[in-house]
Amino acid sequence: MQIEIRHIHKRFGSIQANDDISIVFPAGRIVGILGENGAGKSTLMKILSGFQTPDEGEIWIDGQAENYRGPQAAIALGIGMLQQDPLDVPAMTVMDNFTYGAPGAFWLGHSHLREQIQSTSAKIGFDLSPDQMVNQLSIAQRQQLEIVRLLALGVRTLILDEPTTGISSDQKEQLFHTLMELAREEGMTILLVSHKLEDVITLCDEVIVLRAGKLVGQREMPTTKSELVHLMFGQQLTEERRNERDIAQSNIVLQLDDFTVETQRLSVEPITLSLHEGEVVGLAGLDGSGQQPFMRACTGLMKGAGGRLRLDGEDMLGRGYGEFRRAGVAFGAAGRLEEGLIAGLTLIEHVALSQASDHWMGVLDWQKAGAEMQTRISRYDIRGAGEDMIEALSGGNQQRLLISLLPEQPRLLVIEQPTRGLDVDSVRAIWGQLLARSEQGAAILFSSSDLDELVTYSDRILVFFEGRTHLIEDPSQTTVSDLGHAIGGAFDSVQGEHVRA
Amino acid sequence: MNEALINTLNSLVSNATPLVIAAIGETITERAGVINLSLNGSILLAAMVGFAAALATDTLLLGLGAAVIVGAVIATIIAFSTIQLRRDQVAVGFVLTLLAAKLADFLGQPLNSASGPSFSKQPIPLLADIPILGHIFFEHNILVYFSFVLVIGCWFWLFRTRPGLAHRAIGERPEAAYARGTSVNRMRYVYTAVGGGLVGLAGASYSLSIKIGWPSIISYNGDGWIALAIVIFAGWHPFRVLLGAYMLSALRAAASDIQKSSLNIPAELLNTGLPWILLIVTLILVNTGQIDRLLIALPARMRGRFQALLKSDAPAALGERFEAS
Repeated sequence: MQIEIRHIHKRFGSIQANDDISIVFPAGRIVGILGENGAGKSTLMKILSGFQTPDEGEIWIDGQAENYRGPQAAIALGIGMLQQDPLDVPAMTVMDNFTYGAPGAFWLGHSHLREQIQSTSAKIGFDLSPDQMVNQLSIAQRQQLEIVRLLALGVRTLILDEPTTGISSDQKEQLFHTLMELAREEGMTILLVSHKLEDVITLCDEVIVLRAGKLVGQREMPTTKSELVHLMFGQQLTEERRNERDIAQSNIVLQLDDFTVETQRLSVEPITLSLHEGEVVGLAGLDGSGQQPFMRACTGLMKGAGGRLRLDGEDMLGRGYGEFRRAGVAFGAAGRLEEGLIAGLTLIEHVALSQASDHWMGVLDWQKAGAEMQTRISRYDIRGAGEDMIEALSGGNQQRLLISLLPEQPRLLVIEQPTRGLDVDSVRAIWGQLLARSEQGAAILFSSSDLDELVTYSDRILVFFEGRTHLIEDPSQTTVSDLGHAIGGAFDSVQGEHVRA
Repeated sequence: MNEALINTLNSLVSNATPLVIAAIGETITERAGVINLSLNGSILLAAMVGFAAALATDTLLLGLGAAVIVGAVIATIIAFSTIQLRRDQVAVGFVLTLLAAKLADFLGQPLNSASGPSFSKQPIPLLADIPILGHIFFEHNILVYFSFVLVIGCWFWLFRTRPGLAHRAIGERPEAAYARGTSVNRMRYVYTAVGGGLVGLAGASYSLSIKIGWPSIISYNGDGWIALAIVIFAGWHPFRVLLGAYMLSALRAAASDIQKSSLNIPAELLNTGLPWILLIVTLILVNTGQIDRLLIALPARMRGRFQALLKSDAPAALGERFEAS
């Protein structure tokens, strides 16, 4: 089916999220929707899929103007959206999720729906078992469930929002294969919203680029990465590489010997690793492969299960976060608003809080905190005012604040997903700050699901797969796709060694 | 089987009935993601109003109807202030429970110990003739039979019907429910009111069946909180609600038996203290996952079953507000 949008406007408060956007999406095409954070691509897709209504403008479907409200109405017209975090009910079975929203009688338990799951998923090469609980599924499987569900509901246009976040490269290949088949053979229209230029280049026939709510470009593929980046940012980005430094000569900050971590679900195999001053080690792996408890154990937030952990030569195993902090360890959590920052507090209050120990008998010096905030706002390029509530900032600015709150000269900086969900500009700003600390001698341990980021910034990469680890000594000799395979458990495909000799 | 024991079990079932009805009502509400914390006050006020209405009209059904309306109105106030006015569910519920209890006290004064109509036992033909079980379960008044139907009906609704599927989904993930075309907030109103109506009915079943009149039910003051705890203990599952209410009722019966015996244990401790202490211990065990550690003592074969039985995951969106973007 062909979708045409005409002069769509959407405003949220003072922000013009969509500004007079008109595009035609022809049937049977895969179209990439690119844009920086806040460019308006999610808003546009939410309007198409009924989650939001435009302030102005029209949507024409197969030559007919349609005025619809709500996702269910959009699905009835044949437009379905797969959200980044699939909109399913985790505490229910695959079968229940599939049934819910599908037309049917009052009583549950119709075998034809069960057959429909199996036949629809078999047709597009997915493997879903109806009785499994959704909270036991991987993100990729949950995406498959949503896709199967939407297809079964007769969707002819499928919108996918950042579908490759949190899935392995094999799973991505499978997903892309399916999407291509749906477009080529079934004539479906596929709209792919993505940050990841590689994904768009691999999959799409055509790309549209949004910037600050406006449509700024439309290109037939193939086109070059730099052209797309140019459209997205209005400027050319230079591929950056880190300065060559001789790390092996510097002091060891963190020394792990047969260090193990255990959680209820997973035990991480013994790790032996020396982290030097100024060194950046990236942790790669799918969610839940062991990197998260490992990082927490390196900061004292979780207790290591065995082996030795020494910080600047001192044995720290079994000690708490407070002692790790005093020893110079700083931790930045992935959940910005859950763990890192405090929703409901202003920027100034965050600064005051981070310096609480300086205050005389706990009395806050607001003037000092305010002045401090101003210097941080300018130094870290935080777009916001001291009185703003933290949740009013964009993700990129929240992350900049979070980085600004970390100590200036830590010995060891452990940071989870420092740039998750951020645009290229913010990513560069964040890494500028992190690398400045590493040049002053801080060792950095970071996790990321962005393979480019891992390869670009890491001196070494520790890959986690189901609690097993593999150390890549020289990321510059490793391609992103090799790393992707390693993350999926194929350690043999990359050079390097198992950390446990 | 010992006749005294059978009689004890019979009264155990009938005494547990208000708890069953109230806890099922709360289960219905919480499954939709709303916490109605006003149970204790609602029960008292509904008990008073139900009795007063039955007394004034000399019609038991009108008494029940009035009690149901009281419970539903209080619940609707909670739904309105949390959905429309965006107030905190816990705070509003808490204030209402205090308010309703005081209101019952104040407005109920003229009723003081008046005698009025009450439900009488109506054994079910044939079923009551079943040896042992017939006497325990089928020689009761109509409220007890209703509680059986309610538990089974609630289970069927939640797990075997399409609207029940949507009901669970709005308590688990309202965003997903909205995406599938369910009017989340409208349904939350409905289920909060229905649950509240049942809480009101529970109140009336105290004053028209268990301890007839007003303010005699005052000795059961606190049952609203117990019903809330039973819902958690039961893992929001109707059959386990029944089990929890019966276990609690058994505990009370045992306590009063011990008290009658010559053992020198203070009555207060047994009557009020023990159930609470056991509830707290159970809730801690079930909700902190400590139970998993204890279950290790069991043979592996049985562990899974016990775990499934004791699993207690709250509806994921319980107490969370939902607004369609």
